[in-house]
Amino acid sequence: MKIVMAIIKPFKLEEVRDALTALGIHGLTVTEVKGFGRQKGHTEIYRGAEYAVSFLPKVKIEVAVASELVDKAIGAIVGAAKTGQIGDGKIFVIALDHAVRIRTGEADAAAL
Amino acid sequence: MTFETRRAGWIAAAVGLVCVVGFADVALAQTTAAPAAAAAPALVPNKGDTAWMLICSALVLMMSIPGLALFYGGLVRAKNMASVLTQVFAIVSLVGVIWTLYGYSLAFTDSGSLTPYVGGLGKAFLMGVDANSTVPTFSNGVVIPEFAYFVFQMTFAMITPALIVGAFAERIKFSAVMLFILLWVTVIYFPIAHWVWFIPAPDDVAAAAKAVAAAADGAAKTAAQAKLDEITGSAGWLAGSGALDFAGGTVVHINAGIAGLVGALIIGKRVGYGKDLMPPHSLTMTMIGASLLWVGWFGFNAGSNLESNGTTALAFVNTMVATAAAALSWLLAEWIIKGKPSLLGICSGAVAGLVAVTPASGFAGPIGALVLGLIVSPVCLFFVSTVKNTFHYDDALDVFGIHCIGGIIGALGTGILVNPALGGVGITDYTNFAGNNAGTYDFATQMIAQGKAVLATLVWSGVGSAILYKIVDMAIGLRPTTDAEREGLDITAHGERAYNM
Repeated sequence: MKIVMAIIKPFKLEEVRDALTALGIHGLTVTEVKGFGRQKGHTEIYRGAEYAVSFLPKVKIEVAVASELVDKAIGAIVGAAKTGQIGDGKIFVIALDHAVRIRTGEADAAAL
Repeated sequence: MTFETRRAGWIAAAVGLVCVVGFADVALAQTTAAPAAAAAPALVPNKGDTAWMLICSALVLMMSIPGLALFYGGLVRAKNMASVLTQVFAIVSLVGVIWTLYGYSLAFTDSGSLTPYVGGLGKAFLMGVDANSTVPTFSNGVVIPEFAYFVFQMTFAMITPALIVGAFAERIKFSAVMLFILLWVTVIYFPIAHWVWFIPAPDDVAAAAKAVAAAADGAAKTAAQAKLDEITGSAGWLAGSGALDFAGGTVVHINAGIAGLVGALIIGKRVGYGKDLMPPHSLTMTMIGASLLWVGWFGFNAGSNLESNGTTALAFVNTMVATAAAALSWLLAEWIIKGKPSLLGICSGAVAGLVAVTPASGFAGPIGALVLGLIVSPVCLFFVSTVKNTFHYDDALDVFGIHCIGGIIGALGTGILVNPALGGVGITDYTNFAGNNAGTYDFATQMIAQGKAVLATLVWSGVGSAILYKIVDMAIGLRPTTDAEREGLDITAHGERAYNM
């Protein structure tokens, strides 16, 4: 099992969700985050005060998948979230040791 | 009553009524013959004027809460939203009480030898004021209920100190705000309001002038003239010097603006100023606030005519035109200089225009007001960006850059735009009751009078406020702890959050 963590552009969230759902992945966690990468920030001007905003709003999704689905999930996220512009985001894959569904007590693959 | 009627003037009346001396004699004869009926029938307030003034009072209250509160609140960080809203609401309430107890009396009564500088306590606790009391307007033979005048002027006393808190927003103890405002309205606002707006009743001046005209021989004439001088001398010293301020450019905006700057300097910069991001937390709130200010300002400016007539409509139109022009010129200036037309820019421009047209609203013509609006915004923009950044003072919400600078431009602009050659109404009798120059306009004379009013306000309010800040600092301290300031005044001063989402 793996955790696929993707940082994407906020407006791509629905497309990514649809692409993952199409793979049979039912369930993911979404967090609104801020960060910076190669994409430059922007300048905001309020009367005389100019602020360089370097942390841009992004959406972080975390989805736990069976190991054999990892490549498909990555492909789905890349396909849905890509615009070709700097700032499309990144995907990280992290090993997942154990999973439990709270309601039933099912564990690991059955819990995903 | 039309404006032309008013322009006929008390002084003109003094001269013109020589030809009706006989009438005066008859009146005198009747008085002598029938002392019981001596008193002229009391003037009855016009119902329309009364309704208008009460509506204007409510409109000006709406400028403070929620207008100004939201305008300011939107500009601070979310952690200080409740603190700004509370400060404005509390100041409005505090001044409402003080005004009733002694403020109205200090601002708008005669105090004998001190009359040029401050009022007396004759109407403290509203002594002698009841539903039948009336006060004169600027027209002969027109009165409004004293309660309407009292509450209209109260709303001005409420909003002026509330303007100040924008300068030191996000970094002041609530108790310090309350104590400072209590002292400030008492020592600074009430006297300045008195200097500028306390004038003798037009009917008293007319009657005295009539007596002078009617007086037959030298001794009687001297006595009558002395009486006239006494009446015209019963005025605030700036009003007596011919300074024009229709609705409060000096009393309200320069006054609050300089007090704010002094406060920002004495209290010091916000923690993290220049390093941390401090963007407005809700320009939506700021836009709502600016719009409510604009609407409420019709009460402020048009209401300042104290009755409902053509000059009232002129002030209303000027308020509309100057504000639109200033909103647009700020937007355009910012677009050209900074590259983008901003919402905060157009809202700031509207407020700058409202400030600038305040002293001019009943004196300039609409095209003059339009030009005033176009000019004020770029100057204020220069002050809130270049000047503020050069001198590194933390006037958090630009009370100085918009209210003081806009007020100065308005006060000086009024002296220019009142010129009939520029579409202004000219020098009218009720603005120069101590002089004999109604109907004339002299640029130098007028600008000296305007400059005197500006300087007097800057000095009295600037120096006076500095002393009051120091007193409050010694008594209870001005600033919250650094930790409290970092956490936000909503939680640390008020124990609540503006937003729980």
